[in-house]
Amino acid sequence: MARIFAYIIHKSGVADDSAAELAAAAKKIDAAQSPAAVVTGWGTDCDAVCESLRASFDEVWKIANESLAYPNAELVRQALKNVLPAGCIVLVPHSHFGTDLSPGLSIQMNSAYVPDATDIEGADGIAMRLVRQEFGGQVSAHVRCDISSGAVITIRPGAFKPLASAPASGVVVDKSAAAGALTARRRYLETMAPETGDVDITKYPVLVSIGRGIGEQENVALAQDLADALGAAVSCSRPVVDAKWMEKSRQVGSSGQTVKPKVYLACGISGSFQHLAGIKGNPFMVAINKNPKAPIFRVADVGITADILEFLPELTARIREK
Amino acid sequence: MAEAIPSPAQATFWLIQGRVLFWIVNLLGSACFAYIVAKRLAPLVRGQRDIRFDRPLIRLGRLLQYWFGQWRHPRYLAAGIIHIFLFAGFIVLVIHTVSLLALGTSDHPAAAGGLYGAISDYAATVVFLCMIVAIVRRLLKPARYAVPARYGKAHTPDAIFLLALIALLMVADSVFEASHAAGQWQHHLPVEPLAVMSLPWILQGALMAAPLPVLANLYLGAYLGHELTFFFLLCYRPFGIQFHVETSLFTVYFAKLDRGTVKPVRWGVPDDQLDQVKSFGVKTFEDFTWKHMLDFYSCADCGRCSDQCPANAVGRPLSPRFLTIKARDYSFQHYPVWGGAHNGKPGQPLIGGIYAEDEIWSCTTCGACEAECPLLVEYIDKIVDLRRGMVDEGKVPQSLQKPLKALESRGNPFGKMEKKKADWVKAKDFQQTCNVRILNGDGSADTLYFVDSITSYDDRIQAIGRATARILHSTGENFGILGAIEKDSGHDVRRFGEETLFMALREHNTEAIKASGVERIVTSDPHAYNALKHDYKDVPPVEHISEVIARKVRAGDIKLKQVEDENDVYAYHDPCYLGRHNGIYDAPREVLDAIPGLKRVEMRRSRDRSFCCGGGGLALFYEPKEDQRMGVKRVQMAAEAGANVIVTACPFCMVNMEDAIKVAGMEGKMTAIDLTELVEKQMR
Amino acid sequence: MEILVCARRVPDTSENEIEMNSAGNDIERDDLVYSVNEPDNYAVEEALEIVERTGGTVTVVTVGGDDDEEILRREMAMGAKQGVLLSDDAFEGSDGRGIATILAAFVKKGHYDLILTGVQAEDGAAQVGGMLAALLDYPFASLVNSIEVQQGKLKISREIEGGNKEINEIDLPCVLSIQTGINEPRYVGMRGIRQVASVPIPTFDGPYLGVNGDKAGLAAAKVKRLDYFVPPLGKGAEMLEGSTAEIVDKLIDLLKAKGGLN
Repeated sequence: MARIFAYIIHKSGVADDSAAELAAAAKKIDAAQSPAAVVTGWGTDCDAVCESLRASFDEVWKIANESLAYPNAELVRQALKNVLPAGCIVLVPHSHFGTDLSPGLSIQMNSAYVPDATDIEGADGIAMRLVRQEFGGQVSAHVRCDISSGAVITIRPGAFKPLASAPASGVVVDKSAAAGALTARRRYLETMAPETGDVDITKYPVLVSIGRGIGEQENVALAQDLADALGAAVSCSRPVVDAKWMEKSRQVGSSGQTVKPKVYLACGISGSFQHLAGIKGNPFMVAINKNPKAPIFRVADVGITADILEFLPELTARIREK
Repeated sequence: MAEAIPSPAQATFWLIQGRVLFWIVNLLGSACFAYIVAKRLAPLVRGQRDIRFDRPLIRLGRLLQYWFGQWRHPRYLAAGIIHIFLFAGFIVLVIHTVSLLALGTSDHPAAAGGLYGAISDYAATVVFLCMIVAIVRRLLKPARYAVPARYGKAHTPDAIFLLALIALLMVADSVFEASHAAGQWQHHLPVEPLAVMSLPWILQGALMAAPLPVLANLYLGAYLGHELTFFFLLCYRPFGIQFHVETSLFTVYFAKLDRGTVKPVRWGVPDDQLDQVKSFGVKTFEDFTWKHMLDFYSCADCGRCSDQCPANAVGRPLSPRFLTIKARDYSFQHYPVWGGAHNGKPGQPLIGGIYAEDEIWSCTTCGACEAECPLLVEYIDKIVDLRRGMVDEGKVPQSLQKPLKALESRGNPFGKMEKKKADWVKAKDFQQTCNVRILNGDGSADTLYFVDSITSYDDRIQAIGRATARILHSTGENFGILGAIEKDSGHDVRRFGEETLFMALREHNTEAIKASGVERIVTSDPHAYNALKHDYKDVPPVEHISEVIARKVRAGDIKLKQVEDENDVYAYHDPCYLGRHNGIYDAPREVLDAIPGLKRVEMRRSRDRSFCCGGGGLALFYEPKEDQRMGVKRVQMAAEAGANVIVTACPFCMVNMEDAIKVAGMEGKMTAIDLTELVEKQMR
Repeated sequence: MEILVCARRVPDTSENEIEMNSAGNDIERDDLVYSVNEPDNYAVEEALEIVERTGGTVTVVTVGGDDDEEILRREMAMGAKQGVLLSDDAFEGSDGRGIATILAAFVKKGHYDLILTGVQAEDGAAQVGGMLAALLDYPFASLVNSIEVQQGKLKISREIEGGNKEINEIDLPCVLSIQTGINEPRYVGMRGIRQVASVPIPTFDGPYLGVNGDKAGLAAAKVKRLDYFVPPLGKGAEMLEGSTAEIVDKLIDLLKAKGGLN
């Protein structure tokens, strides 16, 4: 069985939650192996991350290079190709960075590529059996991957529950020298934050979230009424922003905001994983949707099959009465 | 006849003999006018073909009704009456004016006397008074006349100038008559008496004691003034809205006869040759037909269309009046009377120029503008043509692209699967009591119930389908539906400018209908009704379910029981495509009035003044910028009329009304019900 | 600028209901309607807008068979100068890398300044763009939502978390994967498609491209989809039953208990 590496995403010296998920996924590939963490970056932030990972990984490979201070997938890819051994298995989170990095990495390492795995059923030295979803999560598929010359696998955020960690005492291995000269044909300039709206949805413990099911701009008022009655804020999924019914700052999801409310009301939201990726902290989730087969009902705590345009006003009225 | 004052032909004006002078004035004036008219006709010559010379007798009849009879004018009573008097005055004065012109060049003018003379005197007086009232109305303006800033400035000074000139013309004429009569009287020469209390008569009274030289100067001066003012007005009118004085006759004569349908992409190009047409729709001014260009000239800028336009009322960026005025100004600018054509670049795109995309997409094709315009100016065809142009260039709002794509791939705007089209008949409780047959070409039914997309697929609206089916079933109709092979009628696909997709849908449905072997079609959807009646050819005759119910109620085949709650007050909302476009106003009302104990009120805008619910078909998908929903205004009108139930006979009206009731917070105070649902409920 | 857009014909996600077939091993394909993958359509629109500003042409290429020609025609009706089909029985069963290999071989036959793909298709893989770039050794950027053409390079923005935009500079020639919402694609109607119905679409096969069963096709594929299935729902949500009023009351009680109502 080839060696398994987990690529760690980090920010401001703190490793992302996905690190533990990757470790859990690695165990499903090879329970006997302890994967190595790979960290690219520069300076004290990079060092701090590597230090913190010693508690959960036996080996932490540090690739520190000034040009890697900002995570530019083009440069990270070159570094990984130079540092990682041929034939290894690399796990990366399926995020905007992971999808930018990984397909090209698999080509450069001449290994197989399986994106967005939601489950790993097992592997031997030759092949791995995984599960991934298609058609926006409406169906799943079993996939067989030939790993004889290695594999790059991106892992669906939240699909693999972190394992209870036994305290480890890993070592940091400095592999910076092996990274080689990194040439930049894509250069990072800056990050622009979206115009902040009047409402910061990340600060609200209760969110009334609307999706495509709201139908049209004028119906947003129905959600606002409910939010007012609950002392909550209105957030939304991507299609609502694309249709220009709400500002981008209200969007919850992988390309929007990450929220950690106590209560989350998903109204007319189908439950695509990109949206759910923005909800952390396992809130009490209520899903209201016309379609009883909507994927959201798989993850919500409580479900109601109803037309939100009829249900929301009734709920609002009743709350106001009490 | 002896004359106290020499006739204008014989008099001398500053060393020029009158006859010569007035020959010159007449010739120059006429030539100038002819030149101006020729320049005004220039763009029409470049415009697209329009078939308007057919059915002359019908056209003449309408000319008599709408132009001569001023049929539409009294819809705005005060202004209408003023205009009728004004128009009548002008008509009467035509002969008088021509004879006056002749007077200046002929030594022996024929005297237009007797009854005609008296009538002319009164006509001049009436016209004069109308001018005074009109000028006052320009100063103490009705709000309706206002020009929103984005459309330009009000042209009040110009309007008053023109009105004053017409008044001057009448005064000149009156002074002419009065001074002549006074002169004759003074010298005890024979003269036709002037009509009592007319303006000339009043002036004559004032001039009775004037010395002859003064009278002569007044007489000749008034004549000269009359001639000059006449020709000035003649040549000035084509530069503004007053051109309608000349063009209105033609605009009304050539007005569209075939209501309910939309003009073909190109007149004279049959459907199967449309592939050869390089460009669809109206993109530049020259793409308009000559009749549409004539419409632009003929607009009197009265604003009645925009007044009635529901899109305008809710703050959408559409005002039919300014659609016309902007186009007219464009043509004045690009085809000026003085100077070469295309002052400014040739063939400028209209969208992005004088028109904005949203402006053209905002129209629901309700037809209120066309129903109101006294000059029968057409709007819907122009909007559809402009949309065709935008579709051809790919400029379709994203909100409409989805349903259009779904119509192309699934035959309905919702993207639902074809095999589910007839699922509405399988509702458990329904199917047991009413088995709706799906026709399969064995000729087993003589009536087709054409359901169309929204009634088939929308959870709420399916109830209208079931109610209709129950009504047909209970009266023993041998009917069926097409089921999965029925595609959207395409009615609004056409009106939103996607002619090619419309033709594909029409072809498909026509074949399916023919294959089913039915002899008649019934539908509960006025859009489908309008399409099958006017847009489709070679299909059996179609009726709307309200007509069928009315007939059966009259015949006693449907008996209706006492209404449940005597306190309910019902208001009937005329759907645009049932009422205004197809004239079916009475059948639904008959049905309602046949329900014992049902109290019915009329909303303040009903029948051909009905206020559009917000639009149907693709209009349900378009996201306009507006201050308010049309439906909200409508349910408020129902409440104002004292109703708490609004009855409609169109699935789109139902969707809009129910939405509006929620949005306006009127739940519990107002409900909406379809005519079929109500009848089904009340059937014994 | 000569721009190549890689497009794909997929079951239309908004107009289909994806269900398992009766045999339980594939999705029900009988009633599916197909169209061009939505992100690919945004990519073509973006390419058209770029050449409208800078000059040049847009070529659209797909790997497939006769059925796939319809999306090429649709994009040509939209304004692409040429559609190209890469077709060979030997390409059947290719995995992502196989497809990228076939496309790379085609790219090398021509001269393109910029190659665009849609960010992902119905399989959610989001892989071909990145692989293509690596095979060609071109720089790559994914999730691009804005492009500004500069001399020899592009200034682009990528959509990252929190609604933020990551601004980058990238050298030409390069490969970009385009995110939906980058522009408003123009409408393509039936008439437009009819007008390009008889424009010939060049088709290239394995031998011409130099791609054989070693590099693409089923045998060469390292990743194979074995089946489709719908996973057992597990616990899922507790569905509230009853009349609307009853549900509303139950919900309010739950919200109170969970701290959603103050």
